[in-house]
Amino acid sequence: MKLVPTLLASAALATALMAPAHAEDQKRIAIVAKALGIGFFEAAAKGAEEAAKELGDVKIIYTGPTDTTAEGQIEVINSLIAQNVDAIAISANDPDALVPSLKKAMQRGITVISWDSGVAPEGREMQLNPSSTPLIGNMIIKLAADNLPDGGDVAVLSATATATNQNAWIAAMNEVLPNYPKIKVVATVYGDDLADKSYRETQGLMQTYPDLKAIIAPTSVGIVAAAQAVEDAGKIGQINVTGLGLPSEMAGHVESGATKSFAIWNPIDLGYSAAMIAYNLATDKAEAKAGGEIPMGRMGVVKLDDNTEGAMADPFVYDKSNIEQFKSMF
Amino acid sequence: MTDARIVPDRLDTRASRLLRSWEALLLALAVAIFIANAFASPYFLDPWNLSDATFNFTEKAMIAFPMALLIISGEIDLSVASIIALASTAMGHALSLGAGTPELVLIGLGTGLICGAFNGLLVTRLGLPSIVATIGTMSLFRGVAYIVLGDKAYTGYPEAFATFGQGYVAWVVSVEFVLFWILAAAFAVLLHVTSFGRTVYAIGNNPTAALFSGIRVVRVKFLLFLMTGLFSGLAAVCLTSRLGSTRPSIALGWELEIITMVVLGGVSILGGSGSIFGVVIAAFVLGMVTFGFGLMNVPGIVMSIFIGVLLIAVIALPRLIARLRPHRHA
Repeated sequence: MKLVPTLLASAALATALMAPAHAEDQKRIAIVAKALGIGFFEAAAKGAEEAAKELGDVKIIYTGPTDTTAEGQIEVINSLIAQNVDAIAISANDPDALVPSLKKAMQRGITVISWDSGVAPEGREMQLNPSSTPLIGNMIIKLAADNLPDGGDVAVLSATATATNQNAWIAAMNEVLPNYPKIKVVATVYGDDLADKSYRETQGLMQTYPDLKAIIAPTSVGIVAAAQAVEDAGKIGQINVTGLGLPSEMAGHVESGATKSFAIWNPIDLGYSAAMIAYNLATDKAEAKAGGEIPMGRMGVVKLDDNTEGAMADPFVYDKSNIEQFKSMF
Repeated sequence: MTDARIVPDRLDTRASRLLRSWEALLLALAVAIFIANAFASPYFLDPWNLSDATFNFTEKAMIAFPMALLIISGEIDLSVASIIALASTAMGHALSLGAGTPELVLIGLGTGLICGAFNGLLVTRLGLPSIVATIGTMSLFRGVAYIVLGDKAYTGYPEAFATFGQGYVAWVVSVEFVLFWILAAAFAVLLHVTSFGRTVYAIGNNPTAALFSGIRVVRVKFLLFLMTGLFSGLAAVCLTSRLGSTRPSIALGWELEIITMVVLGGVSILGGSGSIFGVVIAAFVLGMVTFGFGLMNVPGIVMSIFIGVLLIAVIALPRLIARLRPHRHA
């Protein structure tokens, strides 16, 4: 019968030991992940710590629920409100369900911003997007062009024909296409974000266009399948697969040479910028209003649109020089 | 398993004594956690913070009460969280057709009741084991919610509807907290005072004997499933009101948290014993552990481990004690 009291005593002791020692003048900024234990968010927390070090008087509280649920995040938000933190920067599991509790946080004087996955406008002061449609559209064609000094035929392997994101990025790419006169986009095919269909579509592209120099896949499923198809066809060095992908999934293909470089947001920069913005808003050094600008340290300034949303930067380029560092993160 | 099924019958007098001591232990645990929290965090003993903390368990407890009766009777319902999802989706759909607050509440409760009846029919009429039947309806109910909603959400619930999950009766006493106490009292009376309660215990201890004693086992079990469905509908009303929106992933994973609450409260998972008082304390224990750890920004997984250890202790303790008793039957 002594088991429970013993358990209790140890729990109480553990709790006491874990109690934070904090100075009153410190600004406490909470970085809330969709769930703990995801490499992407751990990397963002690292970036936030970097910002804290730069700012000096900031303590980062990196937290989040165990599962990617809105209910779990609400419990976390409630405990952050209770601790009276200075700012909450959250990547939301649900844009709507978090609004009532985040509103409560703002009513109690806490600065609330969302980053990565946004919250509806009434539940936050601003939303930091990792990038923007025009920046992504430009980046994917630039990635292909940079490795093709003499120009050539390029094809696009997209997700589904109705995919909102991909269609917007491809449209943005077509807008800047005149800036790359030597590049000729010969076809756009759809792999439906299915590995096997994307693989077959890539094989089809290689047969139809023997002079193909690059494949742009702005989807993390498509880019892996395309790189695999190019490797299997023995066309490494002849066709460069690029686009948007995850370092963990692309490391092997960068290693093999099927992909010279690809892009995606850099979570470290994202966490850094979110912490910087949260600090500047919490200390009234900047204001989140439509059309306004908020400084974010080494990442420059973020410009807010009518929805008080802003884009951080160009997607970050990954190649042989840095893939090792990032592949374990996300 | 068959051996264990016989045990409660034989253990009855001993079990009831154990039970009483278990509830005392649980109460001591709750008090200890409260004190540990108060010492560990300067933010814990704030009326508003404590009030916020009650939201961590009130909705789950609303389902835990009827679930306790169901488990005591030897059955279980794993579909409760999915009933929340379906009831919330039905309310959202009604909202989109212009329903007002009273209609929304009726639809939420009604959907719960229908789901409960469906579970009850599967178990009592078709004779399916409840664990299998409700694993099936767990997928079914949430599946329907996903088909209706996909990646969309229902938002824009009326102001009056927000009362249930965001309203306060007086000062820091929330509507949900009052509902929690009313239900606790009602279920305590139902289980411990009425003859219906006695039949629930009788069925859980020995359904065959109960049947031969003239208890309408099938009808009682059907009523219990109906009740569990109804109160899942009530929890759906409260949770939807608190979140101000509906998504098909609402209350994901709650069925296990609710069953944890019931078992931690000393209800035998094999049926036949348990009390509402125990479930009430268990609700507070779980809510305070979650909130207390949250205040110290302890990662959620540590909470899960702590609760897991507690739960194993609950199940193992009575058996250990029984084994240590010198007087044993072969």
